[in-house]
Order: sequence, then structure tokens, then C-alpha cells
Amino acid sequence: MRLPELEAILADINRIILGKKRPIRLALACLLARGHLLIEDLPGVGKTTLAHVLARVLGLDFQRIQFTSDMLPADILGISIFDRESGAFHFHPGPIFTQVVLADEINRATPKAQSALLEAMEERQVTAEGKTRALPRPFFVIATQNPTHQIGTFPLPESQLDRFLLKIELGYPDPAAERELLAGADRQQMVADLAARIAPQRLMELQEQTRAVHASPALIDYVQALATHTRSSPRWQAGLSPRACLALLAVARAWALLDGREHVLPEDVQSVLPGVVAHRLRPLDDTARTDADAVAAALIEAVPLP
Amino acid sequence: MARSNRPVSRRQAWWLLASALAASLPLIPQIPTWLVFAAGCAFALRAALTWRQWHLPPRWLLVLLVIAGTVGVFLQYRTIMGRTPGIALLVVFLALKLLELRAARDAVATALLCYFLVLGQFLFTQTIPTALLAALTIVVTTATLLAAADDRPHPQLQLRRSGLMLAQALPFMLLMFLLFPRVEGPLWGLPQDRFSAVSGLSDSMSPGSIAQLSQSDAIAFRVQFKGDVPPQSQLYWRGPVMPAFDGRSWRVTKKRGTYSKVPYKEIGTPVDYELTLEPHGQFWLFALELPGTLPPESSLTSDYQPVARQAVRNRMRYTQRAWPDASAGIDESPSILEEALALPANGNPRTRAIGAGWRAQHGDDSAAILAAAENLFLQQLLIYTLNPPLMGADMVDDFLFDSKRGFCEHFAAAFVYVLRSAGVPARVVAGYQGGEVNPVDGYLVVRQYDAHAWTEAWIAGRGWVRIDPTAISAPSRINSNFAAAVPAGETLPFLARGDLAWLKELRNRLDAVTNGWNQWVLGYNPQRQRDLLASLGLKEPDWRSMTAALSVLCGGVLLGLTAWILRNRLRVDPALAAWRRFTARMAKRGIAWRPWEGPLDFAERAATYAPDRAATYAPDRAGSIREIAGLYARLRYGPAPDATDLKLLKAKIAAFTP
Repeated sequence: MRLPELEAILADINRIILGKKRPIRLALACLLARGHLLIEDLPGVGKTTLAHVLARVLGLDFQRIQFTSDMLPADILGISIFDRESGAFHFHPGPIFTQVVLADEINRATPKAQSALLEAMEERQVTAEGKTRALPRPFFVIATQNPTHQIGTFPLPESQLDRFLLKIELGYPDPAAERELLAGADRQQMVADLAARIAPQRLMELQEQTRAVHASPALIDYVQALATHTRSSPRWQAGLSPRACLALLAVARAWALLDGREHVLPEDVQSVLPGVVAHRLRPLDDTARTDADAVAAALIEAVPLP
Repeated sequence: MARSNRPVSRRQAWWLLASALAASLPLIPQIPTWLVFAAGCAFALRAALTWRQWHLPPRWLLVLLVIAGTVGVFLQYRTIMGRTPGIALLVVFLALKLLELRAARDAVATALLCYFLVLGQFLFTQTIPTALLAALTIVVTTATLLAAADDRPHPQLQLRRSGLMLAQALPFMLLMFLLFPRVEGPLWGLPQDRFSAVSGLSDSMSPGSIAQLSQSDAIAFRVQFKGDVPPQSQLYWRGPVMPAFDGRSWRVTKKRGTYSKVPYKEIGTPVDYELTLEPHGQFWLFALELPGTLPPESSLTSDYQPVARQAVRNRMRYTQRAWPDASAGIDESPSILEEALALPANGNPRTRAIGAGWRAQHGDDSAAILAAAENLFLQQLLIYTLNPPLMGADMVDDFLFDSKRGFCEHFAAAFVYVLRSAGVPARVVAGYQGGEVNPVDGYLVVRQYDAHAWTEAWIAGRGWVRIDPTAISAPSRINSNFAAAVPAGETLPFLARGDLAWLKELRNRLDAVTNGWNQWVLGYNPQRQRDLLASLGLKEPDWRSMTAALSVLCGGVLLGLTAWILRNRLRVDPALAAWRRFTARMAKRGIAWRPWEGPLDFAERAATYAPDRAATYAPDRAGSIREIAGLYARLRYGPAPDATDLKLLKAKIAAFTP
């Protein structure tokens, strides 16, 4: 049985972002699996809107950080300022102290600023000036990045890419959806009119429920077989890490929950595979096509179900 | 396409080239130069073929080359049988097979040839480096075989897998090594020329012949004493006895009687030891004086020298007992005594005069003459040196009265000459004196530079008495070693020197390892095997019962392994088995289940397959397919599989008509 609240959430988002059912579902799955999302795409395809809508419909706070090349870690994390009246320093929290963060064009910033965000993502807390401050819960980062071949970008290294549970692409809408978008109402107004479908507390319950989705030994065998294949195959520079396997299993669980199942099927793993592996597997032959779906399809077809 | 007909990939070709190189490089010293060159060309051609992806040479050319190679080997050796020609032929075949890599079966054949060549190395040397190199080559060749089956994994991974597989085979190898029935002697005859260049004592002694040996630190033999090592001054290792003298050199008598049993009385405390003799190509066996037992397949000559029936061409190990206090030859036969008195008609007038003087003074009192001779050597202040001056025709006179410098052979020769000229029977005994205990494994190591010569004199009532004239002038030669006895500044072999202690230590350790290898791996002979089996409780096993036991053991292990693997294979999830039945039936209708396809995906595809034929399908076909797939997915991937669900699945599949 599919959970009606999740269906309603998906329906709300799909009403505003048209023709992107699959990426939207993946984005929600990522959130349920307590991961962070990386979107790589051109400007203007609805990345910001997606982040915004997700926050609204789930009843979460939302902040947007536009990354630039002159950005410093303090611009993200916050800074202590001397207060003359009290005669002490007071910490002014940065934009990261929120529940949904849109880190826009993350690869425009220098590695120093990038790492400030990525550490906060991993630890779910911020340490500034010797004091550790917990970030709000739930905490969800949607980072966008421009295609890396563009000028003036600092590509994220593999180790930092690995911190994103999923990487998706939105892409241009198909003509019918685009026409509907052009003919339809003002999106910003529609977002503003959205009401929260669930409370943050309920979202955290759903996240717990995601963790409890059953993965049978046969399925874990399958995940292992996929990883083993990538490790021994000459196609890639390095195979999938254990962290990548955990990510795959976590997203597959969320995918199964979205599908109303209490156990994971190989289909779930295969559905989320492109988003999980595309930014983690680097082909040995750099000129090869790195299209996420093609990479995942090749991997799926090479590994029989155990 | 059958697996064996798959073409050989580039990666596989590189693997094979690596194996072939590893297997044939160690054979370069054994095969003729033209073959090294030709095989090198073939390997280079193989590399070029793989690199540039050229076409393989035509078959007729390869056939011609095989014939040419075989003829070449025949012309070289005048035969194609035997060890070296056989190995040369294998190299020819391997090099040409590399140019014929058409299908996977060629790759496998090439890898097997490499294994054969590795085996071939052991026909030439069996040292530790050879074994290590062979082990390495086997790892590479096994990785090549793995790559021949599946060339996708990274080379490093293939090597690791190959190493792992071989490591798993190690216990089995050890078992076979220890328990496989051993046969006496090597499996293959070693050629007669193998030990032509070995240094060691010969059956004659002339001035300088032992001094020459003193420059070699090669090992003559190793000894393990059952008890404490006797004092250095007692370690006289008896070698060839030389009574015959022609004025310049001393020789072994050609015609000698033999004893099959030791002819003297056993008195005093015996010394027991085990001696491992390095091959020296001669018949005699070394033994501590006086030998109390005889090694198997040997006899004792009438001058108490153990000799083997065949020349010692393989490393040999025997246990021995010595009687240091025994005396031999009290009733020596007149012919032997006569030979021990013979001197050339003239020469060395001064020595002869002294001898004649003693004879006149003491008459038949041999003991008194002996004492006089020892006294003479003491008075002359003779110097023990590695570099004695050249002697003239009257060597003994020159040595005793002019130069007064000599090595042990001069001392022994002069002493025997003096005694014989005074009418006392005497003879030269060659052999080794002393040795050095390797502190690492406790073996006494006797090297070529321990070679020595001493004398025996026959005294009425006492028999043959050993006198070492070198000890009279240079006692440190006997009490410590020869390096202590020679004057400072003379060139010594490296290991005999006292300095460079750490290098010596290193060499001692290395030697202990080599000795362990010789004793336990190369020296694992039928006797050792019998000892081992006896210690395991198997008394007097013959090779038939051993073979039977080994086959039963191996068969049992193999059966157990097979049963275990089968059991694991049979433990297939019953839901999966039912699903396989289902998909097999679907496949007959043209809807094959792809092995990577999830059950629900398959059901969706199958349910909507060929809608134009929908009229021929059962009405609820699509529904049934989805139901079966759903049931199976829940059983296989859901929590706590349900027995009723399984029954239902089986029933649904049985009732289903594709």
C-alpha cells in the first residue's frame, strides 16, 4: 500500500514542476534516506523551484546560498561579532542553520568554501570558533552544480562527491510539459500558496520507517554482486566503496517505501542505481560517454541476480 | 560459440607472453645460443603482433618453422631425446605456439607448456633460488590461465587470485610431498659430466695440490654430531690414503683389498654423527678416524678408507660411528708394509743419510725412530705457509734443510720420506682436518680450505699410528684452524678470515638455510619418509600400501569436497527454484527471463508481450503472471518467508499455462 501522505506530497510537487516525475521521486527518496542531493544541470530548469517546493510541502525552513568564487567559510557557517553593549562576542548563525539548504552553483566556490559546506553536511553540526553547534533536524542539502566543463568552476573531488547520496539531472522538460508550464499560472505564486502536507516530526518518522524497510539476504547479495563487479571490471578506475553500497541500499529502501512496500526488490536497486553510481564511478577511458543511465544500464546487464 | 573457440584477446596475449618469458628466461644458460636468439625473435614478433594487432603468420610458415627448429635441435645434439634436447624442443614449441594464438584452447595449451618448462628447470638445478623463481613463474602462469578464462579483471587482481589459489593448494602439495611413495635415487638419470668441475681432493698429492684447495671456501661436507662436537684436534676426516710414491707425487694404490666389515677392535668411547657429503665425483667417503661403521652400499679398503660402489654424484647422507681410540693393523700384511717402505732408487741424499743413521742407531725400534723424526722436525724450525718456494728435484732435502717453508703436503711427504728411509713403514693420508660449527643450526661445516694431509706410521705391536707433522711445527693449524697458522699477510679465502664478522654471520645463516633445504627438501629420501611414517605409527610400509592409502585419502578428501559443494548448490531457495521453473516455461513461449531482470519488471514485460496474440492467451494470463511474480518477490525479498505463500506460488505456477 502506498502511503497517501507521500503520494500527496509527490502530487503537489508534480503540479508545479511539470514532466519531471522521476527526478522528483528520487529527490524525495533522497530526503527520506537522510541523504543530500546533488543536481547537475543548466541554469533555469527548475532546480531552485524544486528545492523550494520540497521545503514548503514538507513544512521545513528554507535558505538559499549562492556560491561565488570570493566566498569564505564564514559566509556559510556564520561569524562572531563583538557586541559593544554586552562587551562579548555574539555568534551570528550563517545561512546553513536551516532545514533545507539550496547550495546554488557549488562548484563556483573555492575548495575552502566547498569543504565548509560539505563538512557540515557530513557531521550535521557546525564548529566555528571552537564551539560546536548542532544544525536543525531534519537537515537536507540540495546542491546544484554547473556542468563541470564550464569556465570558472572548481570541480568537486571524488571524496566530496561521495558525500552526496544521489546525483540527478533535471534536463529540459518535454514539449507538452513545457507548453503547460508556459500557459499555466505563475510558479512563484503557486509555491507561495502551497501548504505543508506533513509536520517535520512526521518526516522524521518516515525517515525512521525508511530505515526499517526489509532488505533480504538475497537482495544484499545482489548489492554486493554489483559492487564486486565494479571492483573487478576494467571499465572503471575504482569500484564502488562500501559507503556507496550503503547509499545504494538506503535509497533503494526509500524507493521501496515510496512504492508502498516493506521490502526492497532488485527493481528498486536498479531504479536508483543511475543516481547513486553516476558520480561515484569514473570510467577508465575518460572519453567514454558518462551518461548516468547508460553507465547504470551497462552495470545492471553485467550482473545477474543472485 | 563454444568457449574454447573464442579468439584470444590482446590482454590474454600479453599474459601469455609474460608467462612464456618467465618460464624460458631461466633456461637461457642451458639451451644453445641460436635457440635463445630465435626464441627471442619469436617473442618479439608476438609482442609486435599484439601491439599492432597484425594478422597471425600463416600456418604453412609455422609448420616449416617447427620442422626447422626440430632439425636444428637434432643437429645440435645429434638426438632429440634426453634432458637438454627435450627442453630445447619445448622452448621451440613454446615460442612458435605463441605465434599461433587463434582460440582460447591455444592459450590454455601455451600456459600448460609454460608449466612444463618450469618443471624442466629442476632437471638442471634444484637450489632455493630456482625454487623461488619457479614458484613465481607458476603464480604468473596460473594468473594467465585465469585470464584465459576471463580477461576482464585487473592484472593485479588476477595475480592475487592466482596466488590465493596456489596458497590453498599448498597443504595438498605438502601432503603429497610427504606421503607420495618415494623411489630410490633420482627419477631421471643425471648426466655424467655434471660434476666435472667440482673441486676437492684427488687420488694423488703433489706439492701445491692441497695449497690450491685452501683458496676455496666451497663446502665439502656437513656433519651433525649426536653428542658434543669433539675437540678440534681430534677432527681428522679420513680421505684417500696414499702409500705409493714416485719421487714427486703420492698416489692411491690401484689394487687394494676391501673389507666388508670393520677389522679392528672397538675400544674407547665412540662418536656418532651424521654426515651430508656434497657430490665430489670420486668414490671415497669421508669418515672421522677411525671409521667404526660403513655407510650402506660401501666397503672399507685395506687402508681403512670407506669407498662407495658408485662415484658420489649426488648429495649423500649417512650416519657413522667413529672410534677415535681404536688402533688398526697390528697384524698388517707384509705386502702392505712393503709398499709402505718403498722409495725411489735415489734422490734426497741428506734425508736418506739421516734415516740410515737412525736405522743404524736404533735398529728395529720404530718408536725410537719416530721420536727422532719428530725431534728433527721440531729442531728444523719449519715454517707453515701457503706460499712455499719452488722446490728442486730433491724436494724433501730442499724443504727440510734449505727453504724450511711448506704447506701440509710438504710436511706429510717429508715425514713419510724420513721414516721410510729409516726403515719404518709410513704413508700419507689426505682428508680434511677440523671444520667450523655454524652457530645457527649447530652443524659442523667442513670446507675445501680445511683440506689437509697427515701421516701414518706402522709401529710393531701398535699398528698404524697417526702423526701429524704439521702439528709439530704449527700446532695452531690443528688446534684452531689453518688461518691461525699461516703467517699474517697471506691471501686467505674469505670465510677463513677472522675479520668481517657480520658478513660471516650472514653467510652462516644463509648456509643454515641451504643446509635445511638440502636436508629436508632435496634430502627427503625413502629412508626419511619411512622414519616419518614410522613416527606416525605406520610400521614398515611398502610403496603399494602407501599408494593405496594415499589414493584412499585423496579420494576421500575429493569426495568430501564434492559433497560439500553439491550440498551448497542444492541449498537453493525453493522460491527461486519455482521461479526458475516458471521462467523456463515462459522462455519456451519466446519470453526469456534476463538474468539481471527483477521479478516485477519481468512480469510487466511478459504480461504485455505480443498483444497481437492476446486472443490465443488464457483470459487471466497477465493477471496470473503478475500474481506469480508478486508472490515470488515477496518470498525471496520480503521478511520471514511464509510456507503457505510458497505452496501458493507452486500451485499457481503448476496451474499456469504460458
